[in-house]
Amino acid sequence: MDKTVAGLPEAIAGIEDGMAVMIGGFGGAGAPIELIHALIDRFRATGSPKNLTVINNNAGNGRIGIAAMIDGGMVAKMVCSFPRSSDPRAFTEKYLAGEIGLELVPQGTLAERIRAGGAGIPAFYTPTTYGTDLAKGKPVAEFEGRNYVQERWLKADVALIKAELADPHGNLTYRKAARNFSPLMAMAAATTIVQAARIVAAGEIEPEHVVTPGIFVDRVVEVRDAAQEEALIRAGVEYA
Amino acid sequence: MTGKLTNAQIAWRAAQDIEDGAYVNLGIGFPEMVARYQPPGRQAIFHTENGILNFGRSPSEGEEDWDLINAGKKAVTLNRGASFFHHADSFAMVRGGHLDVAILGAYEVAETGDLANWSTGPKGVPAVGGAMDLVHGAKRVAVITDHVTKDGRPKLVRACSLPLTGVGCVTRVYTSLAVIDIVAQRFVVREKLAAISLDELQGLTGAGLVVEGTIADLVVPEL
Repeated sequence: MDKTVAGLPEAIAGIEDGMAVMIGGFGGAGAPIELIHALIDRFRATGSPKNLTVINNNAGNGRIGIAAMIDGGMVAKMVCSFPRSSDPRAFTEKYLAGEIGLELVPQGTLAERIRAGGAGIPAFYTPTTYGTDLAKGKPVAEFEGRNYVQERWLKADVALIKAELADPHGNLTYRKAARNFSPLMAMAAATTIVQAARIVAAGEIEPEHVVTPGIFVDRVVEVRDAAQEEALIRAGVEYA
Repeated sequence: MTGKLTNAQIAWRAAQDIEDGAYVNLGIGFPEMVARYQPPGRQAIFHTENGILNFGRSPSEGEEDWDLINAGKKAVTLNRGASFFHHADSFAMVRGGHLDVAILGAYEVAETGDLANWSTGPKGVPAVGGAMDLVHGAKRVAVITDHVTKDGRPKLVRACSLPLTGVGCVTRVYTSLAVIDIVAQRFVVREKLAAISLDELQGLTGAGLVVEGTIADLVVPEL
């Protein structure tokens, strides 16, 4: 069993126009910047992939990562809970110009829809959004005297994930709050692609400490000294 | 208006009702101030939606770890006994009724317990974050807010005019003038500043105020 690949271009192979791409991270924590920038490099060189649906909690910040994908015209639609950030220009400009779609999903519902997608549960009921504009058109049912809104699973063609440790089986650990959506996205995508700060031999991650079991992971690439998105933003870095 | 509580004082008052050992989520912004005013001898465990229980103070400048942030994307530190978890577990804590208290800000609160705090209308880019999840599941959902808007309109109303965050979810409101419970779809005044009469308070409120028994004086230290 060896899911490791040699470099970023091999890691992102097969991501095509029109795909749904889940990208881990909450703000800058857990954003797989090197995988995203490798995808941007391919788009700049070949014109593909474009017309992507990107699923992330946010909609990019500054001029790097998801924001740079949006700036470059790779993204047709964002599925997110909070398309604002300290520098939301990229998404805001395209959204107000009608050049990008938005599916706004409450944060907990977004997480649970992704979890459901990975767990083979097509729909579930949640109290979240009952009686609000975001519940319009969705089935409502009463359970034990309270009203709940039906939400559907969310799946993707690809997930891009940032991990701390990985082994060749794809077992993963995460760093601090960089975990956020990543274990869920790893379950919900047909192909899960991971950049890890360090790839260790099988057995070196204590089985008790594995957060994402390797069954949910397809490819792992080692990216030592990976950039941290928030640190790049604060340093004024642009991926241009 | 003179003689109203500052935001810090409102936060202080809300903090007095948080019991030792309570699991608490504080909304982004103004509600985060509540953490500063825990009474001596009590320690709440703070939850943040992005996946930390028992986070602590902000680090000093230059000491930030940007993988260790709260839901407002501000750097935090960990207290002993902290834990990390993914987003589905985090919102299971929220919706599953495991949190004792959520304290949120508000644009409007209705006497029915309806809350509007996520959108001021259809302009611009809509963003909801965890607001609609947080109003469901905590054993107590409290709001801290100025009693009126910047231009003097009531924020406590019969029915919200802005897009709702949740229906019938708020149980207590701490304002700059009073502490008000929502009981059976009515605003019940529990405490008010001594300097304001009940009639004056009613004049600044967009729905009827109910009195059950006596109204205590709302007494808050200078902060």
